[in-house]
Amino acid sequence: MRRHHDMGGLPAGPVEPVEHAHAPWEKKVDAILRLLVGKGVMTLDELRRGIEDLGPGAYDELSYFERWISSISNVLLEKGVLEVAELGAAIEAARARREAAA
Amino acid sequence: MTAGPIFRPGQRVRVRAWHPPGHVRTPFYLRGHRGEILQVVGPMPNPEDLAYGRTDRPPVAVYRVRFARRELWPEDGDPHEDTVVADLCEHWLEPLETRA
Amino acid sequence: MSSGHSHPHPPKQPDIEDGPYSWHMALTDAVADLLLAKGVITADELRRTLETIDAATPAQGARLVARAWCDPAFRARVLEDVNAAAAELGIDAGAIPIRAVENRPDLHNVIVCTLCSCYPRYLLGAAPDWYKSRAYRSRVVREPRAVLAEFGLLLPDEVRIEVHDSTAELRYMVLPLRPAGTEGLDEEALAALVTRDCMIGTAVPLAPPRP
Repeated sequence: MRRHHDMGGLPAGPVEPVEHAHAPWEKKVDAILRLLVGKGVMTLDELRRGIEDLGPGAYDELSYFERWISSISNVLLEKGVLEVAELGAAIEAARARREAAA
Repeated sequence: MTAGPIFRPGQRVRVRAWHPPGHVRTPFYLRGHRGEILQVVGPMPNPEDLAYGRTDRPPVAVYRVRFARRELWPEDGDPHEDTVVADLCEHWLEPLETRA
Repeated sequence: MSSGHSHPHPPKQPDIEDGPYSWHMALTDAVADLLLAKGVITADELRRTLETIDAATPAQGARLVARAWCDPAFRARVLEDVNAAAAELGIDAGAIPIRAVENRPDLHNVIVCTLCSCYPRYLLGAAPDWYKSRAYRSRVVREPRAVLAEFGLLLPDEVRIEVHDSTAELRYMVLPLRPAGTEGLDEEALAALVTRDCMIGTAVPLAPPRP
C-alpha cells in the first residue's frame, strides 16, 4: 500500500513557482525542532512519522509548518515531555496574551 | 547488521517489494525494482528505529543506489537515459542473481 | 492583489503582519512557552537558533560554488565533504552531511525529496514552497525534462539527467558548471551568477550579458 506522503512518480499538475518569506511563527517552529533534535529530545524521523500519521486530509490541508508543529506537539505528548491539560491551558494563555496586546 | 556492508559498488540489486505499515524511507516507486549500487555511504542509524524513539539500536549500512528511469516507468516510452539515485538501507536490498 | 498604483509604504507581507492569530500559531507559542518553563530549552538558545536560521541563505552556497570554480583543490574538497569545505569559508553548514553532486557537460543533476522535503537548509536557507509541493515531489523523478522545462530549462537529449531523491540523513546540492564567457570574473562576481535554483538543479548559471 502506498502511503499518502510517498508520492514519487505520481501524476500531478504543473509546478507552480511559488515561495514566501517565512513568518516569525514558522521560524519559531523550525527553531523548536532544531533544538529538540539537537538535545536528543526527539528525532527527525519522529517528526516525519508524526507528519505521515496526520493522515491524508491534514497532510493536504495544513501548511508545511502547521504540519510540523502538529507533529512536534504530538510527539512531545507521547514522550511525556508535555501534558494535554497544560498544553490546552498554554494555548489559551497565548491567545489571551495576543488579544490583550491587540 | 553491524558486520559491515555486504554490497559493493557496481553490484546489481533489487529493492524489496515490502509494504509494511509504519515509517520507512524506501519510496514506493522503487520497491521491487532493479538498481545498481553506486556508493557505500556507511553505517547510519536506522530510520525505522529512530521514528519510534529507539536511538540505542545498531546502525544499518546505507547505500546510494542508481535506477534507470526507463526501467522504473517503461510505460512512459521516454527514450532518454535519465537516472534516479536514492539512499537506501541494506535490509531493503537483495542481491540480483546474474545469469552467466 | 497587485494593483497598479504607487504606494508610499513598502509592500506588506500578509503572512507576517496581517495574518490572524491562528490556532497553530497559538500552539507554537504554547509549546515554546512550556519548553522554556520546563527548562527543556532556554530563551537564549531559542534566540540564537533563530539567528542561525536567518543567517543561512543561498549566498553561502554560491560562495562555495564560486570558490570551487576558481580553485580545483577546493573543488575536490567540496566533492569530498561539503560541510568541511564550507567551514573553511567560515560557513556553518550544520551537522547533517551535505553531498555535492557535480554537473558535467553530459550530466545534469537535480535534487528532490519525494518522501518529505529534505533540503540542505543549514547551508542554503529555507527551501522554496515549490520544492515542498506535491507537483514537484511527485513528478521530477518520473518526468524531469518536463518539470525542468516548466522552469525554462531545456537540456539537450544527449545530457543525462540524474535526479537525487534525498531519502536518508544526507542532503544534496548541485555543483553547477561554470558558464562559458566568465573567464575574467572574480569570485564575488561568479558567486552572483549562482542562484538557489542552480544548486537545486532547476536552473543553470548564465554568464552576465555583455555590455
